[in-house]
Amino acid sequence: MIELVKRRSARPLALTLALASVIALSGCAQLGVKPWVKPYERQRLADPIMSANRHDIANRHVAHVYEARESGRGAEGAGGGGCGCN
Amino acid sequence: MAVIKSITETTREKKVKVLPMSGVSCQEQEQFQAVYKTSTRSKVVAVLVLVAAVILLIISKLTYGAVLDPDRADVLYHSYQGGGMKIDGPAVLIRKKANDNVAVSAYYYVDTISSASVDVLSTASPYSEERKEFQLGAEYLHDKTVIAVNVGQSDESDYLAKSVALNIAHDTFGDLTTVSLGVVYGDNEIKRNGDDNFLETSQQYRIRAGINQILTPSLTAGINIEAVADEGYLNNPYRTVRFIDNSNAAGVGFQGEVYPDTRNSFAVKLSSSYYLPYRAALFANYRYFTDSWDIESQDFELAYRQPFWGDKFELEMKARVYQQTAANFYSDLFPFRDAQNFLARDKELSDFDDLTLGLGLTYKIPSAWSPFNWQSEASFQWDHLRFNYNNFRNPNDPGGVGAEPLYRFSANVVRAFVSVYF
Repeated sequence: MIELVKRRSARPLALTLALASVIALSGCAQLGVKPWVKPYERQRLADPIMSANRHDIANRHVAHVYEARESGRGAEGAGGGGCGCN
Repeated sequence: MAVIKSITETTREKKVKVLPMSGVSCQEQEQFQAVYKTSTRSKVVAVLVLVAAVILLIISKLTYGAVLDPDRADVLYHSYQGGGMKIDGPAVLIRKKANDNVAVSAYYYVDTISSASVDVLSTASPYSEERKEFQLGAEYLHDKTVIAVNVGQSDESDYLAKSVALNIAHDTFGDLTTVSLGVVYGDNEIKRNGDDNFLETSQQYRIRAGINQILTPSLTAGINIEAVADEGYLNNPYRTVRFIDNSNAAGVGFQGEVYPDTRNSFAVKLSSSYYLPYRAALFANYRYFTDSWDIESQDFELAYRQPFWGDKFELEMKARVYQQTAANFYSDLFPFRDAQNFLARDKELSDFDDLTLGLGLTYKIPSAWSPFNWQSEASFQWDHLRFNYNNFRNPNDPGGVGAEPLYRFSANVVRAFVSVYF
């Protein structure tokens, strides 16, 4: 019969998902923490140069180049997926 | 949690050991694969249900407002040249708000490919073909939540890929935190040119989540995770593996690749962006990836963006390193025909690393030069990539079978594009 090899623990995945779910559902506010950066303090973060997706169309091409030549995939954010190139 | 546990167990159990063919009958293999295919599908559906439930809970917690991205059109020319391949073509991306709450987008992309990669060249002829990709998207903003639906199709002579994606992003905690969740389903049809009887399919399921957090007035950090499950025909139908064959003069024989019909992967990415005091931005990303084929990879990227000359120009610089281990059924040279259940010689499944160095320049075109005084930009980006393979050799190099020098190559990637905000 076919054997199954070493069973690597998938616990980090489960813990990460669980943590993400808890934060998403409860919100930090309910953990007793208040927002510490006020809206008027976010001028720098609103500068277009701080946008990681400033050039969306170029980022799509970069992701496609890597996806076609490397085995690593996923966790790039909201975009990507379903390219289906072989 | 029970559902999460079951899908992670499935991920573990897909790690099929590569065994000599002699110990396993074809019937046993088929039974094994059938059982696990059904198991994977049901567990993926269960996870999708869980995600839908979480999304509904988040939507039910809606409070107050955010905005959609501005209207924008991009036209791009891209070119990749390296490793015996030349790929280039155009791309167009347009997004337009219908009103304050709804935006639509369209994306068109063409790859014109000439010649073939070195791992196919040994047994197949150079080729030329075209791949066209088309995507349509819609975004709906409700208070602080953006719901995005995207459908796409990629079409080439021997490969048809269709996908549908749902992503939800929600601002919370005084807008310091953005939580996102998404699912993607892809359906692929694989053909083999010159063989009308060949038709295979594969499916892909993706589930992703992310949190982006404003930490200080100058610093943000994020974590994204994504699990991907594939099932079906995952080979390249043209690629072969090579094995030692003393029955012919060359001393080497070739046979088709055989891949498992499932693959499960998990990736986590940490990202951060920092605003430097003199108006420049620094980005750092790290990603860890692992899959059921025993491939592990890591990549780290550092990028820097600096406006100059009265903010008319923006300079971008980046460096990225990537490293991966080989799939457990990969070999550059197998000892004999049918040496294992699964066989691969795709260099993307080998042990290798690569380095990317990139430069980019954006010029903000004066609005007087644009129609209707629209704001527009012209950008040029150049990436230089170097790949070093640690257990893949080019059979066309001298040295004898299995003793050729390790393969390495470099590639240049160019993107030239114009962006118009209207």
